[in-house]
Amino acid sequence: MTAALRFDPIRLPPECEVLRQEVRTFLADEIAAGTFDPHKPQREDSDAPEFSRRVGERGWLGMTWPKKYGGHERSFLERYVVTEEMRVVNAPTRRFFVADRQSGPVLLKYAPEHIKMDILPRICRGEVCFAIGMSEPNSGSDLFAAKTKATKTDGGWLINGSKIWTTSAHIADYMIAIFRTSPPTKDNRRHGLTQFLVDMKTPGITVNPIKQITGQIEFNEVVFQDAFVPDDHALGEIDGAWKQATSELAYERSGPERFLETYYVLTELVRAVGSNPDTRSAEGIGRLVAQLHTMRRMSVSVAGMLQAGKEPVVEASIVKDIGTIWEQQLPHRVRELAAFIDVDPLNHATLDEQLAFATKLAPKLTIQGGTTEVLRGIIARGLGLR
Amino acid sequence: MTESDNIVAETAERIFADLADAQTINHSKDTSWKAPLWRALSEAGLPLSWVSEENDGSGASMADGFSVLNIAGRCGIAVPLAETMLAGWLLSQAGIASPADAMTVAPAHPRDHIKLNADGTLSGRARSVPFARDAKHIAVLAASANGFSIALVDTTQGRIAPGFNLANDASDTVSFDNVRPIAVKPAPQGFDETSLMLMGGVARSLQIAGSLESMLDISVRYANERVAFEKKIAKFQAIQHNLAKLAGEAAAALAAASSAADAVANSSAFDDAIFLEAAAAKIRCAEAAEKGAAIAHQVHGAIGFTSEHILHRYTLRALAWRDDFGNESHWAVELGKRVAARGADELWPLVASR
Repeated sequence: MTAALRFDPIRLPPECEVLRQEVRTFLADEIAAGTFDPHKPQREDSDAPEFSRRVGERGWLGMTWPKKYGGHERSFLERYVVTEEMRVVNAPTRRFFVADRQSGPVLLKYAPEHIKMDILPRICRGEVCFAIGMSEPNSGSDLFAAKTKATKTDGGWLINGSKIWTTSAHIADYMIAIFRTSPPTKDNRRHGLTQFLVDMKTPGITVNPIKQITGQIEFNEVVFQDAFVPDDHALGEIDGAWKQATSELAYERSGPERFLETYYVLTELVRAVGSNPDTRSAEGIGRLVAQLHTMRRMSVSVAGMLQAGKEPVVEASIVKDIGTIWEQQLPHRVRELAAFIDVDPLNHATLDEQLAFATKLAPKLTIQGGTTEVLRGIIARGLGLR
Repeated sequence: MTESDNIVAETAERIFADLADAQTINHSKDTSWKAPLWRALSEAGLPLSWVSEENDGSGASMADGFSVLNIAGRCGIAVPLAETMLAGWLLSQAGIASPADAMTVAPAHPRDHIKLNADGTLSGRARSVPFARDAKHIAVLAASANGFSIALVDTTQGRIAPGFNLANDASDTVSFDNVRPIAVKPAPQGFDETSLMLMGGVARSLQIAGSLESMLDISVRYANERVAFEKKIAKFQAIQHNLAKLAGEAAAALAAASSAADAVANSSAFDDAIFLEAAAAKIRCAEAAEKGAAIAHQVHGAIGFTSEHILHRYTLRALAWRDDFGNESHWAVELGKRVAARGADELWPLVASR
């Protein structure tokens, strides 16, 4: 075989089901207490610091990390269950989501011990929010074209330039960003970038929120003017960030958030068609559920393979490619299927409102965190085509 | 599911590699390759994988048998291996011993129904029964006043109207005009036509997934060999992205089919969770067959459209297998009705049940 794809049929172990019930009960209580409304994914106040702390108290942040850093040494499959249950009810996870999924694992791997001891327990308590500084005004998908400079100075680095489309930068306590520490070399254009941990309270950092087509303010421009970052905040090899990027991608790319972003419109469609759908609606719903089920099984499979110490990089990229396209098309398919429904006006208001939001949100799903085009390039490389 | 998951799978791979080479079969002017292949498969006990040793089978696990079907799909084989396995499995549900030689199952279409009459004979018509004319016996699921029964029938007792599927494999209409079965016993409690269609659907899903793995394999190989505009076509981004999409379809089919097989292998009843697994697998694998076959042909260009090239052995079978044991439209309607009946708030608990 040129390309042996592997999707082990992972069954979630019994402890996951116990955990799932705990998470559902917790979320039902939060909804009842008015913390968030599962029918309003577009809430302006989706930064919910108190909710974030309560999630931390339950032990659901840093779940897979070592106990000495405040983690809980549980499995990736258990973390998977918490993530998917939060996502399907539109829980306000913004404050902790990036830190828990991505930034914490980077710190675990590359940060010096005293920084790990300082920051990781606070992530686990749900106290800190992270942003990721990758894109710049003239480098998006072409990550290695980044120009924002880190210039060596006494005891650290001075940062000058700007990052853009930085999600949550306006509420973030820290950013993990890549900056240019050397020019690229002739034979390696990826050389010369270094990963840094940046405290967002550092003087010389300005955050300018950018309004999105949904009406939300979620991403930002971040301008650095002689912002000082101490030496011990460099993460990993100086000039060698390109070597560090790939291994984390499997975690980032294949989670349930990569196909559940617009799930609520499917739920509302099922509610609107009622218990006795016509053939057209039934077939449409059946196909969507079959596709959703398949992606979830692929995604769970990748989580299980990660837990087993494998590195399913191509499989993870495939999950994101298929998953994001599906969640992007979902509002359009639901709109078609809802065209002939004559329903209770209350239900229909919810469906219409959610469809409008999901339709406006949809374009970003195949852009954020690696575009479809970039992903297909990675898959093609895995297949031996490049 | 990949190479060497188990000894049964390894055996199947070795036999297909030795006796079912796609190139050789494609060039052969007759069907003389079939007999040695079937003999080797039978000697290895593969057709009766799911029949216990006391019922004259080889008593392999459900999981091992499923992996054989995935491999059979990868080889695009045109002998009644899946059908005999399904027939043996069906007969075993009622404790009927399996005879040697090829078998098939009826009905193979969700709209067809066979009746067990009060006098113990069978009547009814089953369309699109795969390899009926090549099968010595047919395992039949029939309805009577007291529920479902499973019967073993000598094929010559039925009336066969020959037909072909898209890949030119036998797909026949079998009429039972008061046919007396060799043996008939009641099906287990709760076992019905849906159970048989779901199980047949999982078998076909694994075969489709296997054929997509092969389509991906030979398409990638071709793209790395074929030169156009002075470079290998694999170097063109348009080709790379098409093949990445094909990989996605193959991956989705493999994941859905493997998951459904695992679910069936580890469950004793065809409940809602199994229904979701099996129906979703057939729906998604059929969709993948359509999209994947189109890309594999597009990458190959005209050469892939010739009967001389092996590509059609995989693409046409994958497309044909969509129709057996309920096509994707059938299962989508059934799944959609179940989801609607459970209600909006019960959808996620169903999806997250495994």
